[in-house]
Amino acid sequence: MDFGQFLSYIGSGTVLTVGVTLIALPAGLLIGTILALLYVYGGKVAARAMNLYSTVFRGIPPVVLLFILFFAVSKGINLSAFWAGSLSLGVVSSAYQMEIVRGALLSVSGDQLMAARAVGLSRLQAIRYVVLPQAVRLAIPPWSNEAAIVIKDSSLVYALGVPEILRRAQLIGASSQRYLLAYLSAAVIYFVLVYATTRLLNLLEQKLSIPSNP
Amino acid sequence: MPKPILTIKNLTKTYGQNVIFQHLDLTVNEGDTIVIIGPSGTGKSTLLRCINLLTRPNEGQIWLDDLEITAKGTDEDQVRQHIGMVFQNFLLFNHLTALGNVKLGLTKVKHMSDEAATEKAMRELSRVGLADRADHYPGQLSGGQQQRVGIARALAMDPRVMLFDEPTSALDPELIGEVLEVMRQLALDGMTMMVVTHEMGFAREVADRIVFMEKGFIVEEGSPDEMFNHPKFDRTREFLWKITELYGKKEKDAE
Repeated sequence: MDFGQFLSYIGSGTVLTVGVTLIALPAGLLIGTILALLYVYGGKVAARAMNLYSTVFRGIPPVVLLFILFFAVSKGINLSAFWAGSLSLGVVSSAYQMEIVRGALLSVSGDQLMAARAVGLSRLQAIRYVVLPQAVRLAIPPWSNEAAIVIKDSSLVYALGVPEILRRAQLIGASSQRYLLAYLSAAVIYFVLVYATTRLLNLLEQKLSIPSNP
Repeated sequence: MPKPILTIKNLTKTYGQNVIFQHLDLTVNEGDTIVIIGPSGTGKSTLLRCINLLTRPNEGQIWLDDLEITAKGTDEDQVRQHIGMVFQNFLLFNHLTALGNVKLGLTKVKHMSDEAATEKAMRELSRVGLADRADHYPGQLSGGQQQRVGIARALAMDPRVMLFDEPTSALDPELIGEVLEVMRQLALDGMTMMVVTHEMGFAREVADRIVFMEKGFIVEEGSPDEMFNHPKFDRTREFLWKITELYGKKEKDAE
């Protein structure tokens, strides 16, 4: 078997890797954004609760959380390995994404909110139409970093037996006894995925950038 | 009989132990331009913010026409629509074009259609001489242009009264004129205005009344003639002399 065959065997796990990422990343973004809004605008109690959430989930290795969700929680609600893995990665990522969005919200000056209120916008409208659109632009560079991390962390679901890229590399490595080639193939595929994603987000950042004269 | 638009009674604002101003009384009549002057830290800006309910006063009442806006349960968002505010640092929405800045309140607060809002916003931009800059972002405009967009944004809501919080203090000297000219025209058009400024030329020429505030009190108020030529208090004379001297010098330096 040559490198091409390795690539195509392992590469067919890409669908699952991308699938895990496409669940974990948006789930983390949705939860993270809501929690960040609560953190920044929800008062002291909410801020403390969000801080706890962030501290706990950033303090546990993703793979441990993955096992907890799969072996403890999925018994009750019959979660497949794929979904248990994707969702726990989403929860871990939501803690990081909350911090990213929170930082971006705080970077938009409070004066912007005040100016919006002065025009007559409600607090919610001011956040939605004035603060968030500016915060999103600020969040893209750190978010692109998080997207790369989630793609790479998606390999952790191999521990639950989901036949994604890493799992398939391990399988073909074992059956052919050519581990180096197998893992090199996996590395190439991961790299291409991460590189393409980062480039894409770079383009998005440029496209959304607000024109200004130097 | 002049009709009061803003009536302020016994207004007090403190931050902890720190008294910003106390027991202020002030009436602004329809069509009046009131210029508030005084040293920094005297509570002039805070007064404007109280009127716009961006800060809550500790005591006292404010009426906008016949509505007591400091009453409990007042719909703040409703009130702010009728009070235009122009900020020292412009505070344009950075992610929106000049047109977008002026339109936002029209579409989201007044719920106008996009077409009607665009038309109205373009009228306001023409009024401040910036129709040709409608598609420029704040970062592409000069300070003077940004401030004029700020004025257009406030005007678009058809406010009962416009508050100006040191509108030219953040501007390069050569850009001050264009902003003052827009304000002068507004006053001529009969807009009711409260202006905190150090521009004594503007105060002398445009104000119906000048209010001199110091250390949280209104020291003296009167017509420009009274204030500049025969003030009742030495302190007023001293301040006006100093500020005219200072700003006169600055203007000379700029030349």
